[in-house]
Amino acid sequence: MEYFLELSSSGLVRGSIYALIALGYTMVYGIIQLINFAHGEIYMIGAFVALIVSGVLTIYGFSGVSILILAGLIAVIYAAAYGYTLEKIAYRPLRNAPRLSPLISAIGMSLFLQNYVLLAQTPDFLRFPALIPDFEFMEPIAHIMGSPELVILVTSAVSRVGLTVLIKYTRIGKAMRATQQDMTMARLVGVNVDNVISMTFIIGSVLAAIGGVLVGSYIGQINFYIGFMAGVKAFTAAVLGGIGNIPGAVLGALVLGLTEAYAAGYISSAYEDVFAFGVLVLILILRPSGLLGKAVKQKV
Amino acid sequence: MPEVSKTMPEVSKTMAEPDNVLLDVKDLTMDFGGLRAIDAVSLNVCPGEIVALIGPNGAGKTTFFNCVTGIYKPTNGAVMVHPPEGKSQKINGFKSNRVTTIGMARTFQNIRLFQNMTVLENVMIGRHCRTTTSIIGAILRGSKTRRQERETIEISYDLLEKVGLVDFADEFAKNLPYGAQRRLEIARAMATDPFLLLLDEPAAGMNPQETKALDELIVRIRDKEKISILLIEHDMKLVMNISDRIYVMEYGKEIAQGSPMDIRNNPKVIEAYLGEDADA
Repeated sequence: MEYFLELSSSGLVRGSIYALIALGYTMVYGIIQLINFAHGEIYMIGAFVALIVSGVLTIYGFSGVSILILAGLIAVIYAAAYGYTLEKIAYRPLRNAPRLSPLISAIGMSLFLQNYVLLAQTPDFLRFPALIPDFEFMEPIAHIMGSPELVILVTSAVSRVGLTVLIKYTRIGKAMRATQQDMTMARLVGVNVDNVISMTFIIGSVLAAIGGVLVGSYIGQINFYIGFMAGVKAFTAAVLGGIGNIPGAVLGALVLGLTEAYAAGYISSAYEDVFAFGVLVLILILRPSGLLGKAVKQKV
Repeated sequence: MPEVSKTMPEVSKTMAEPDNVLLDVKDLTMDFGGLRAIDAVSLNVCPGEIVALIGPNGAGKTTFFNCVTGIYKPTNGAVMVHPPEGKSQKINGFKSNRVTTIGMARTFQNIRLFQNMTVLENVMIGRHCRTTTSIIGAILRGSKTRRQERETIEISYDLLEKVGLVDFADEFAKNLPYGAQRRLEIARAMATDPFLLLLDEPAAGMNPQETKALDELIVRIRDKEKISILLIEHDMKLVMNISDRIYVMEYGKEIAQGSPMDIRNNPKVIEAYLGEDADA
């Protein structure tokens, strides 16, 4: 039983990280029907920026939590700038092009950003300091997870709640929902759709960067390639939950995380990806539009 | 402004002066590949007027609206606006959101509400271009943000009151009956603070009672809200009842314009349009 709970907690941690990245995929898809393949790279860049900043801050004698917060904040700002620029130069000029063109552009940007970091930094794995401090907390939970896990779960949950509130209650959130439902009409009621799309990329990038910082600190090492696998997994999670659907992305991510953890724990860690993608295949056969996705009527 | 509307038909027979025109479209032409959908159509709307644009199906009326509201970029011609406040400008090729911000709002022939948003939210989204809260503001919720939000909600309720939809404020737009959806579309367009409202077949699919209510609503918008109206409509009774002037299009060309009386008696119009559809 305890083993099961430990696996569950590690599954939820993975799931929480996938969720942070998957939200960016699903939001962008919801609004412009584009699979932003470069999204994983934003996550990776977020982790790199946090690593660099934390190094600098350590030299200047900052400590513990203050480094985590400052490095996280700067990583988030940096990633937001990358997300914004990405949309502006790689996707906006192709807004009215056939759907395949921005997709190719996205793959191109993904390769470009990977190799850019490879050249600018290093191909090797870099050690990432454990920024999340150890602290004592309640015994029954402490039995199955450490403080980094708890911090990841809480941060991810808070980010998700924040996103929900933003989309549901704020002016920009309403504009995002309107744009998602009918872009032409949104323009006609005076919504600046271009700004809304930029904002969607910015929000998605912020979430991805938060994920990047947490993962770096949790796993303890990063390299230029971490964005690829995380991106594929998060994309899987988004499809699993029904792409374009925000609660779906979170649910899909948690299902995926737990599947991987159980597969790794009860069978072998060599098989975790097999099970993860196996679940995806199964869902796509049984519910092609994803767990929470609605079937889209094909317009002829 | 009821006095204005009575005298308007006379004024409009001569070419109106620029300072007394809201929308002035000159020789608008729209080609789709080799097809000329609109051929040098000119039209103007003066303050306080209800102007109707009629014509058989496929005459290019909706295309005309699309050119004016920035969905299409016209091939040729000029779309000039002279807002009551603010400077006159040529708006060919402006994006729709800019056109709306300048002060022209429209509705669609087939209803295009945000189906999965509530009735109130649908109207509130219309206020988007008149408010400024940034994402930072939304997080910090300063006094300005809160005041703006309160105002947006007040104005939205006010508009729902005017179109008689207050009781449905928290329903999803898709659950409203058809006639109510039409009125909601008008309320949403009005929320953008327009000086000119472009209505594309507002009475389509409505029963006679609903049409009559709509007829009154449109006149009330003109009289009480001081919003001028340009409408496309097939319901001749509604058009003849409320319009100050009528333009008639056929096959992309303008074939007549004038007061409802002129149009009713114009042989060209009768041949093109009313002849085959006289008792509609």
